[in-house]
Amino acid sequence: MSEQPMRRPATPMLQQIEDRPGVREMLLGVPVPFKVFGAVFGLVGALVMAFIGYLVVDGRLEGEWYDVRDLGLAVQSLREWLTDQGVDHRITWIITGSIGGIGIMSVLGGWLLIGSWVERRVLAKFQIRMGPNRTGPFGLLQPIADAVKLMSKEIVIPFGADRFLYYIPPVLIFVPAMLGWAPIPWAPNMNYLDIDVGVLYVIAISSIGVLAVFLAGWSSNNHYSLLGAMRTVAMMVSYEIPISLALLSVVLLTGSMNLGEIVAWQGHYHVWVIFLIPFAAFAFLFASTAEINRTPNDIGEAESEIVAGFYTEYSGMKAGLFMGVELGHAILVGAVMSTFFLGGYTFFGLEEWVPGYLILATKIGAVYFLFVWLRGTLPRFRLDQLMGFAWKFLIPLGIIQAFIVAIEASVFARSDAPALITLGAFGVVNLAITVVLVRFWADRLGYSPAQHRTVPTLVSDGTLGGLKAAQKIRAT
Amino acid sequence: MDSTGIVIGFWVLSGLSVVSALLVLLARNLLHSLVFLVVTFLSMAGLFITLSADFIAVAQILIYAGSISVLMVFAVMLTPLASRDNGNSIYLLPGLLGGLGIAALVGFVAVDTDWDERTGEGLAATDFPGTVNAIGDLLLGRYVLAFEIASVLLLFALLGAIVLVHDRPRSGTAASEGGDD
Repeated sequence: MSEQPMRRPATPMLQQIEDRPGVREMLLGVPVPFKVFGAVFGLVGALVMAFIGYLVVDGRLEGEWYDVRDLGLAVQSLREWLTDQGVDHRITWIITGSIGGIGIMSVLGGWLLIGSWVERRVLAKFQIRMGPNRTGPFGLLQPIADAVKLMSKEIVIPFGADRFLYYIPPVLIFVPAMLGWAPIPWAPNMNYLDIDVGVLYVIAISSIGVLAVFLAGWSSNNHYSLLGAMRTVAMMVSYEIPISLALLSVVLLTGSMNLGEIVAWQGHYHVWVIFLIPFAAFAFLFASTAEINRTPNDIGEAESEIVAGFYTEYSGMKAGLFMGVELGHAILVGAVMSTFFLGGYTFFGLEEWVPGYLILATKIGAVYFLFVWLRGTLPRFRLDQLMGFAWKFLIPLGIIQAFIVAIEASVFARSDAPALITLGAFGVVNLAITVVLVRFWADRLGYSPAQHRTVPTLVSDGTLGGLKAAQKIRAT
Repeated sequence: MDSTGIVIGFWVLSGLSVVSALLVLLARNLLHSLVFLVVTFLSMAGLFITLSADFIAVAQILIYAGSISVLMVFAVMLTPLASRDNGNSIYLLPGLLGGLGIAALVGFVAVDTDWDERTGEGLAATDFPGTVNAIGDLLLGRYVLAFEIASVLLLFALLGAIVLVHDRPRSGTAASEGGDD
């Protein structure tokens, strides 16, 4: 009996995972030449890094075109060089604009190539599964296989569908997912659309998707589609207001609607807005999950339901576009969230050393991981709970938060105290107000804890089912 | 208007907006009209961009293409026979008169304006700063009273809508005295 292990795995799958070789066991089996090669490779890499570090400290990279920390400088130098060569300025702008545009587009394109694999693998980790691992190494070719499958499927157009409107939504819904990337700053000079109304642009572009969702539901000539579209439209319209209020707080505090300046403000004071206005960050995150149809707010197209919401009647690659745009939206929201609340391309001075776009990509990945985490853990809200949460909770508290931030912004503009003291005080005050408000408001709405009995009441009548019946069956 | 790109953009966008505005009138299906209306709004936003009016352009997309269209969607959903043939209207004559009036007003402004100040060298002399600061200064400075009146009006419209659709309690003294049963 002493052979019995102390902790038994619950399933064969867990046993399998436990039996896998660890990093140490895997390294023990590596042949010597590989080890030597790896050591040399690592040494050379460290030397190259040290050389780059020396160049940075020496200040030789500052403003040069080969400054890899800011690819915008390279494009700027290319533009100046072309102008010096006597190229017409229209052609120059077309070339440099295309470079930036292709760069922005390749973010989304590259993500669509790998995104569904990442999402499924990470989600599988949360659910103690393996995830897709059959197609190619580690299952990396799974998204391509999925795309080929979707494209080779027959496209069925339902009888009585509005043929003209049926073709628009799969294309239209991709527009915000692509155009939304334009104002995101990746480094001080890597800002494709540097406009003063960047915040409004982000909100405006995201509001176009609502129409696509509705048209998809309407043109399918299907009641399930129409119902799914109506609840998605209601949800998206409701949750645009908390998003706008949260972004309004950020704009009031930083004093600019230019995304680049908002990030520069956070870099200048070495603080992230999420520490100063935690409620706005939470409201933005929660409302964004509703806006892009992710758990816990994926009532528009709930993955565990059979009917696929507003795109029930779409098949083949048309449905694939609707699925792909969810992935694209997820990292777009990650980028917007990082830019507004997590400091964008800055990381407390690290942006002097590491390229800003890598920092931003890391933050996008972190926010995306949070989305997958939520998807793997949280249950789904009911539609009335969801709408009630927006209208009764997020919007009133968002208005109060914006009002408080407006007062703080005017204090910040007038006071001569060091920024550390004022901003620290703002952070503490906002956090305290948020806690008090949330607590008070939850009480007011009747969601106070310990109001409901948590111990279940057993049925006294023996004829009914439930625990009594189970006990009877067990007794016999 | 010297640059080729601006000229091409202007003609493409204005052609698109005029054609889609005509299609709004000619489409027999309300939803089709709505889509063409959104195309009109978007091309109008593009025209504003060619005029360097970034705030107006983004506000056009945000308010008209994003919000008004959704409002119309809900209006269409509450309209019976929305997707059927909607060619006939008893408002043909008033509509024509109203359109002619607006066209006459815009035409009068276009003829009355002194365009020499705003073209050629006069245009080249001015630089185009971002419009957000100027609009903010004017709204909260010179036109603050109109701005506040408009916002109070919108607040009352919001409250009025809530009061109109609010489900009054059936039991109790207030409902019985109100006599709306």
